[in-house]
Parts: sequence; C-alpha cells; structure tokens
Amino acid sequence: MHSFLYRANALLTFAITILGVVCAIASFTDNFNNPTPHAQVKVLNINWFQKQPNGNDEVSLTLNISADLQSLFTWNTKQVFVFLAAEYETPKNAVNQISLWDGIIPSKEHAKFWTHTSNKYRFIDQGSNLRGKEFNMTMHWHIMPKTGKMIADKIVIPGYKLPAEYR
Amino acid sequence: MDWQGQKLAEQLMQILLLAFAAIAFVTGYVLASFQLMVLIYAGGVVFTTLVTIPNWPFFNRHPLKWLDPIEAENHPKPEPSENVTSKKKPVKK
Repeated sequence: MHSFLYRANALLTFAITILGVVCAIASFTDNFNNPTPHAQVKVLNINWFQKQPNGNDEVSLTLNISADLQSLFTWNTKQVFVFLAAEYETPKNAVNQISLWDGIIPSKEHAKFWTHTSNKYRFIDQGSNLRGKEFNMTMHWHIMPKTGKMIADKIVIPGYKLPAEYR
Repeated sequence: MDWQGQKLAEQLMQILLLAFAAIAFVTGYVLASFQLMVLIYAGGVVFTTLVTIPNWPFFNRHPLKWLDPIEAENHPKPEPSENVTSKKKPVKK
C-alpha cells in the first residue's frame, strides 16, 4: 500500500473478485424462483400430408400456440429461447424430436403471447411412420441468465394424432 | 503515506467495497434490476478509488520521527578495551 500503483492494483483486484462473488450469488437466487408456466397448442388444420419420393413422410400443420411464460423471468434473466417440438416413438428411433416452431422472448412483457402459424420448420419423419401416429407437442425453453448457469425445462402436451391417410 | 496511513487505506478500501457490494446487491434484488446493481457497485468502486488511492493528507498524520544524524566526530570509534566484561561485539563503523 506504499505507492499509487500498488493501491490501484489492490483495489482493482479486490473489486473484480467481489463482482465475481456477487454474480455467483445473483445466479444462485434463481433457485428461489418457482415458475408456473402455461402453454397450449392447437392443431387447427392438416394442410397436406404426403410421402416424399424418397419414402419419408412429411406433414404440414397450421398451429395455434399460446403460452404464458412470464413466471420464468427473474431479475437475472437476459432472454428466454422457446421451441415447440413434436415428439413420438417409431420402431427405428426410440425418440423422434422435430422442432416445428421457435422464438426468442426478450423480456417479461413479451412472455405472454399467442401466435397463429404453419410449422416454421418442416415436419419430416425418418421413414414412413406418420400415418395414424400419436405424438406429443412439447414446449421446451432455455432461460438465458445475465450471469450464471442456463436453466432448461419443458411442458409436455400429449394427445395429438395424425390422420390415417395421406391427403 | 505513512505506516498508519497505509493500514487505514487498505482497511478503508476493503470495507467500502464490501459495503457497496452489499448495498448494490440488496437494492438490485429488491427492485429486480440487475442494471441498477451494477451501476451502484460501479459508483462505489469509483468512490473508493477516489478515497483510497490518492495520497490524501489524512493518510499522513503519523510521520516517522527519525533521530537526528549522528555526528561522527562527537562519537569517536570506541577503543578496544583490555578487560572485556560484555559479550557484545564492537559496533562496526
């Protein structure tokens, strides 16, 4: 502590160490948040449903997605990435997960939303297993914090079924 | 900056930074504003820098009192005595 630069160095080191500890505590406070998100997905229409020339089934859907994810936001939340996936089982794959729609929610004010859209990404099976297939719509989200660890969770909405015939 | 001043500067630096960090965190958490926390802490760091880094007069209240310079001719080199009673070695000049 005898010189100007020595004191400046000591202060800077200690200040940044404290900043790191404060950020770690801020990340820890996310554990006190118990979110109660809601999501609802309606399949309004099967636009078309066909077999590609290479033998894979493809379906086009019109969806109504509504969700209330406001409770996911805390003071340490930068943004939330959310995507909707169709999940089902086939003899070849125990888990098929096809992303149909996604979005980035930048703030709590935008976290209660609904959207009317056809599937943003193509719904193509690995094979020809989609006729009459029952599947789950799963809303996944990744909470991206300002500091600390990322939190991922999901809501599984079961009970969707594709038609038995191509159209 | 004297010895007491150096001790005071280090303690002030640590206490001020910890206090500002605590105030900033509580304020940010209660008002749910991460940005406010960072701004309060940044202000605290600037304040602490201004208080503890420059060599302010209040860090120099305990100057070291050195003895006056010893005149060599007033204290001639001691002659080695015949009867050595003390075990101390003669002081080298």
